[in-house]
Amino acid sequence: MLALAAALLASPAFAAAITVQKPWVRWLPAGLPAAGYATLVNGSDTPVSLVGARSPDYGSVMIHRSLDRGGMERMVMVNAIPVPPHSRAALAPGGYHLMLMQPRHAIRPGMRVSVRFEFSDGSTIDVAMPVRPANASG
Amino acid sequence: MKRAVLLTMLAVLFVLGGCSAPQHRWKLTDVRGHLPDLAFTLTDDTGRVVDAHAFRGKLVLLYFGYTHCPDVCPLTLTHLHVLMQRLGPLADRTRVLFVSVDPARDTPALLHAYVNAFDPHITGLTGTPAQIEALAKRYRVAYNRGPTLPGGGYEVAHSAGIYIFDDRGRARLLATDADPISAIAHDVRVLLGAAP
Ligand SMILES: [Cu+2]
Repeated sequence: MLALAAALLASPAFAAAITVQKPWVRWLPAGLPAAGYATLVNGSDTPVSLVGARSPDYGSVMIHRSLDRGGMERMVMVNAIPVPPHSRAALAPGGYHLMLMQPRHAIRPGMRVSVRFEFSDGSTIDVAMPVRPANASG
Repeated sequence: MKRAVLLTMLAVLFVLGGCSAPQHRWKLTDVRGHLPDLAFTLTDDTGRVVDAHAFRGKLVLLYFGYTHCPDVCPLTLTHLHVLMQRLGPLADRTRVLFVSVDPARDTPALLHAYVNAFDPHITGLTGTPAQIEALAKRYRVAYNRGPTLPGGGYEVAHSAGIYIFDDRGRARLLATDADPISAIAHDVRVLLGAAP
């Protein structure tokens, strides 16, 4: 039984196509919305998208993208971040980010918050994201 | 007219000299004479009513944003924090003014917590919608509140320029997100009369 489970987990159908690297959250005071960043690496032969995220530490998590349109900075909600086969997609300051809202408890730099990344292939990855100071460069 | 004459002279010198391109004094956009002096009446992050004269004697970097902005505003404020670190002792002769384009949510107390999370050389400013609009219009800064999102929040699209004033409140330079910190540091040092 254990051997079967191990074989299933090791089979391509169960192997995670995506890995989440260099996760971090930029802390902001007073329970303000915070941004979460990471690099998504797709090691598989098929395109995969990040389609959602949730966290026990926040009431609401959305995928956002900051855009510079004619010198105007704006944020838009996005439904998915595509990660092409054997490629990567960055959630990074000034671009895609997780918008972490309504913290359920006081969050401080040095803590880790837990975020579940949800992908288009049905897989999920739980990531412990380190919380860095507001003025962290990365 | 004077400028045209000067440019012609420079061109002649350039051709005669056959030398390398003339050194530009500024790495950022020179706006001297194109934008009015710094003037406003607003409330600072300690709740005090202040006007632009409170900052005379310091080089001012003016930036518009809001606290419920978790991505771009923190990126710019982090760049300005790095700038202050690079300026060392000169940082005390400068002041960053972070003007809220979201006065409905940005109380002085919230602004105080927000700007101090980035750098002690930043002052948060808020005010009535009319006071903020007056300052934004003066420097042709646009902003507009987006639709209410699920959960009740909203975003405020806003111009991302950093307006730099000398210690007499005269508009001198304009920086954008695309300008490297080294370029801003260079020009700030020159404006302060220090070695670049
Ligand atoms: Cu956002």
